[in-house]
Amino acid sequence: MDGLAVEARHLSIVRDKLRTLYNVSFQVQPGTIVGLIGPSGSGKTTLMRTIVGLQTIADGSVDVLGLPAGSSALRDRVGYMAQTPSVYEDLSVRQNIAYFAGILGYPRSEVDRVIHEVDLAKQTTQRVEALSGGQRARVSLAIALLGRPALLVLDEPTVGLDPVLRQSLWGLFRQLGDSGVTLIVSSHVMDEAARCDTLLLTRGGRLIANDSVSNILAQTGTGDVESAFLQLVEKGKRHV
Amino acid sequence: MFRATYMTAWRVLLQLFHDPRTLGLLWLVPTLLLVLLRYMYDNQRPLFDVIGPQLLVIFPFVTMFLVTSVTTLRERTRGTLERLLTTPMTKLSFIVGYALAFGLMATIQIGLISLVAFAWLGLNMAGPAWLVACTALVVAVLGVGLGLFVSAFARTEFQAVQFMPAFIFPQFLLCGLLVARDNMADWLRWLSDIFPLTYAVEAVKELSAHSTITDTLQKDLLILGCWLVGALVVASLTLRRRSE
Repeated sequence: MDGLAVEARHLSIVRDKLRTLYNVSFQVQPGTIVGLIGPSGSGKTTLMRTIVGLQTIADGSVDVLGLPAGSSALRDRVGYMAQTPSVYEDLSVRQNIAYFAGILGYPRSEVDRVIHEVDLAKQTTQRVEALSGGQRARVSLAIALLGRPALLVLDEPTVGLDPVLRQSLWGLFRQLGDSGVTLIVSSHVMDEAARCDTLLLTRGGRLIANDSVSNILAQTGTGDVESAFLQLVEKGKRHV
Repeated sequence: MFRATYMTAWRVLLQLFHDPRTLGLLWLVPTLLLVLLRYMYDNQRPLFDVIGPQLLVIFPFVTMFLVTSVTTLRERTRGTLERLLTTPMTKLSFIVGYALAFGLMATIQIGLISLVAFAWLGLNMAGPAWLVACTALVVAVLGVGLGLFVSAFARTEFQAVQFMPAFIFPQFLLCGLLVARDNMADWLRWLSDIFPLTYAVEAVKELSAHSTITDTLQKDLLILGCWLVGALVVASLTLRRRSE
């Protein structure tokens, strides 16, 4: 794959008359895992919605796989998992996944594959309303994984999961990244950042850092992402 | 495009079949209301023959409107609609999928109410029963289309339910069931000329009085068909891929 997976240029978003993203520019190389890290309300979800084409852009632009975000040619090449599990609660796990697979034109074997990938093989006939929060999130994740899209945009995929499962999902993300899939994963848990290749740190709708984890730690002279984040916020204040 | 349409219809049906109580209410309530009406007019059978057919088309219309508006509203508020719009699915295939699923529900509902009306309650109409049922079906699917459309303007299920009195009652009052349209003030008649339910009631009155397909009936069915297509197209325009 050549060319950038995502390129944002001077992106600004206004939601409900409030500016939620200010002049954000960054590039994402294909096959990398990008951590979108920041406190809640920092614009992570808005940025992800913009990348998948759900958000009206006020200013600037976002290109995904060389096309403007939301282009119809991108719709089966970008997998999106929203923060709230967007699945049908009154359908079973398999019925949910099979429905989306049907729309995308994938065979039954693809449904089985993603069910195994998110470790829900024992719950296939259970209705989503009977599942735990973490299991629901995994149904939603399974749908995003259908057809191995070139870009996966995952909004807080590991919230509420037990550490063992979290570990295994990050293993899956790494495996996908190694096979050439680009992942943009948001989290407000700073220690998940260490598992990413590069980080986009957001605060108050602005990008405060965009670099590899090791570079961010080296530049701030800190040992973990949380300290680095605080350091960057402090530095930002002094500059103003 | 076709696959997404029938997959959506099938998915909506699966959801309905997982909720037997809603299904029971949907299928039985219109029929039970008609039975009630029949015994209300036990001593005035000719009146039942006048009002019965009109309610036979109105009841399914109202129930389909309600069920559809709440179901689609859920789809809008729970994020599944937005998710679908990030896939290659077209807006029209979503809408037509819904129309097919609820159209099938309406077919069962209307089949039941027609069977009971003609075979048990002895409803007298000059026109053929199948044509009455077909008219009712067109009107019911129009109810689906209008339900899909109004769900765009509701944010909560409470609001969606309130759209029933807001959208349906004016049509019900002015459709010619309660007061003959010729006796209405000009501006009211003008309003009723716009409402689709007026043509549903007029069509069924034609079927009550004539055994053949009259010009008026043809005109009514044509107008209802246009309303149906229009409602589905406009409803698909209310689906927004991008939000502000």
